[in-house]
Parts: sequence; structure tokens; C-alpha cells
Amino acid sequence: MSEASGEGLMFHPMDQFIVKPLFGEGPVHWYTPTNASLWMVLGVVGIILMLVVGTRGRAIVPSRGQSVAELAYGFIHKMVEDVAGKDGLKFFPYIFTLFLFIVFSNFLGLLPKAFTPTSHIAVTAVLAVLVFVTVTVVGFVKNGASFLSLFWVSSAPLALRPVLALIEVISYFVRPVSHSIRLAGNMMAGHAVIKVFAAFAPLILMSGIGIVVTPLSILAITAMYGLEILVAFIQAYVFTILTCVYLRDALHPHH
Amino acid sequence: MANEHEAANMAHDAGAVAAEAAGHAAESAGMPQLDFSTFGNQIFWLLVTLVVIYWVLSRIALPRIAAVLADRQGTIAGDLAAAEDYKLKAKDAEAAYEKALADARAQAQKIVGEARAEIQKELDVATAKADAEISARAAESEARITEIRAGALEAVEAVARDTAAEIVSTLGGKADASALAEAVGARLKG
Repeated sequence: MSEASGEGLMFHPMDQFIVKPLFGEGPVHWYTPTNASLWMVLGVVGIILMLVVGTRGRAIVPSRGQSVAELAYGFIHKMVEDVAGKDGLKFFPYIFTLFLFIVFSNFLGLLPKAFTPTSHIAVTAVLAVLVFVTVTVVGFVKNGASFLSLFWVSSAPLALRPVLALIEVISYFVRPVSHSIRLAGNMMAGHAVIKVFAAFAPLILMSGIGIVVTPLSILAITAMYGLEILVAFIQAYVFTILTCVYLRDALHPHH
Repeated sequence: MANEHEAANMAHDAGAVAAEAAGHAAESAGMPQLDFSTFGNQIFWLLVTLVVIYWVLSRIALPRIAAVLADRQGTIAGDLAAAEDYKLKAKDAEAAYEKALADARAQAQKIVGEARAEIQKELDVATAKADAEISARAAESEARITEIRAGALEAVEAVARDTAAEIVSTLGGKADASALAEAVGARLKG
């Protein structure tokens, strides 16, 4: 860390993702409060503020806070109902939990100096595996062995079906991988790019070319930040709607 | 002995620091996302977080919001029904008003007709009475006029006879009453 300070620009775009203990130095045990756990807990606090404190008035004509909570509720409720069907509404609290966790992690992670839990594959993989296991179990419990008809494309010619079945099975097992890497990758890439641009920003203090580079990099940081705000929401939305799609497959496997 | 121990400790510490530095170097070279030593920590805290969020949502937030939304839906539906009710009532009231108005108008028409008939009747009676009176008066006057005319004729004859007698006596004659009457009657007839 200190070695770069002597020679000018410091490129540590990945340092922001390092998980370290909140208090003191030392190894990271499973129970250690780390920056990752801090920002997850802050997410929980945010969720409670929005959905519990915001709705404490229980007003017929909602306050602003209550409107936001109701908007979020209605948004995901409608999504689950439209995509997964009426019987998917049983899973609404679960899907809403996922959405809120991701959306709060993503947005809190955009604060300067913050840590973004969803930029870590360990976190998104657990989320994706939870969805995968849930969907698979629900599929078999609801439909029994006929859940396997999901892989047997009855609308295709008979000769093609085994090939398609193989592809379908592979794609089914690839789902959690793409599901998790999409989210973590998007969050990580955006933050890393901002950090790279940020590393160029102090060039004006070191060299003449900085007169051009510094404003450009600040502009680029601003633009990236705007894009990241979009990505933060879109990735939460994508993760949630894909969960709904997988759930629909589990509830209604016969296409 | 103690010194030896201390020295060993120091050596140990130095080794640890070196190892840590090496570890750091490796870490900063690669992606912190692939530092498996932090996975357990992240997964543990993630699960705690998810359970807390799920608990808060399913126990507090979602029932509350669902209740508020249902309440609002109910209120809106109730208000709309009440509005519909009031609209029907207003329509009823309007119909009743229209009917009352038509009734009143008919009643007025009837009363006006009755009054007119009554007045007509009274008028007829009065006219008839007046007519009768007028004809009676006319007849009376006729009789009076006839009487007066007759009276006048008689008076003229008497005056003429008296005047004639007076003239005759003035002239120095002596008039016989019956002759005078005959002469005056003849003159008057002639």
C-alpha cells in the first residue's frame, strides 16, 4: 500500500473489496464482525427504516415514507403474481427478502467508502444456490417426477428431444452460476472501474498532463456513478425476476 | 532461559508478520472475491441478515402493508358504494320533486278551472238577474211614459177648455160648458 505513494498514481481498484475485521487486525473467523457484515447490517437497518418505520402510521392516505414502502411492496408483489402466477405468492416474502437485500446492498455500496456485499461471489452464490435449491425442491414436491418434464420438450420433434433434454439439464444446472456471477460481476466491475478512474484524478498534482486527465476522470467517475445507480437497481430487478421465472418453471413445468 | 524464550517469541512474531505480509501481497494481487478464507464469514453474516430480513418482513412489514392496502381498497370500495347510493337517492329525490311539481301544477290547473266555472256561474246568474231587472224597469218606464202621455193629453184638453172659456168670457161672451167642450174637442181632433 505504501510502496505506490512514492511513485505517483495508485492503482488498487480491488482493495475496496477486501473483507477485513471491523475491530483491530487479525484473522477473519466466521463470526468476526467485518466490513461485509457491517454493511449487511446497515442494509437490514435500511430495510427496517423503510418498511417498518416508514409504515408505522398505517395511513389510508400514505405519507411519503409509506408510499415508498407500498410502492416496493406493490412492485415485487405484482412481479411475483405476473411471472410466477397466483400460487407463487406464497413465496412473496422470500422473494421480497432477496430483492430488498440486493437492492439495499447495491445502493448502500454506492456510498463513498462503503463495502458492497453483493460484489462478492460468496454472497451472490449463496443467494443463487438458495433459489436453486428452493426451486428444485418446490418443483419436485409440487409435481413429483413430472417435474422432469421441464427437460423433455414435448413440442420438439421426437428425435431431437434427448439432445434438447441434455441441453435443458445443463442449462438448469448452470442457472445458479449465471444467476450469481451476473450480480457479483456487475457490482464488482462498476466499482472497480470507478476506482480506476479515481486513481487518475490526482494526476493534476503530479504532472502537466493532469490538466486534461483530471477533469476527464472526474467526468468519467460521475458518468459511471450514474450508470452504477442504474445498474444497482437493474441487477436487483434482474435477480428477482429470474427468481420468479425459475419459480414459475417449478410450479408449472409443462410448457 | 527467559531471554531464550523471548528470542524464540520474537522469531515467531517475525515469522508471523512475514507470513501475513506475503499473504497480503497474494491477496492484493488477486481478487478479494476469491479469498476463500473470508467465505465462511460472509456466508454466516449473509444468512443472519437474510433470516432477520425475512422475519421482519413476514412478521411485521408485509402483514402491515397488506392490511393497509386492503383497508384502503375497502375504504375506496365503500366510498364508491356510498356515492352510488347517494346518487340513487338524489335521483329518487329528483323524481319525487318532479312528481310533486307536476301534481301541484295539475292541482293548480284544477283549482283555476273550478274557480273559473264558479265565477262563470255567478256571472251568469248576475247577468240573468240584471237582464230581468232591466226588462222589468223598461216595462215599468214604458207604462209610466204611456200614463204620462195620456195624462198630458187629458191635461191639454182641460187646459184648452179652460183657456177657451177664459178667452170667451174675456171677450164678453157667455160660454156654455158643453158647447165649449164640443168645440175644443172638435178642434183638438181636427
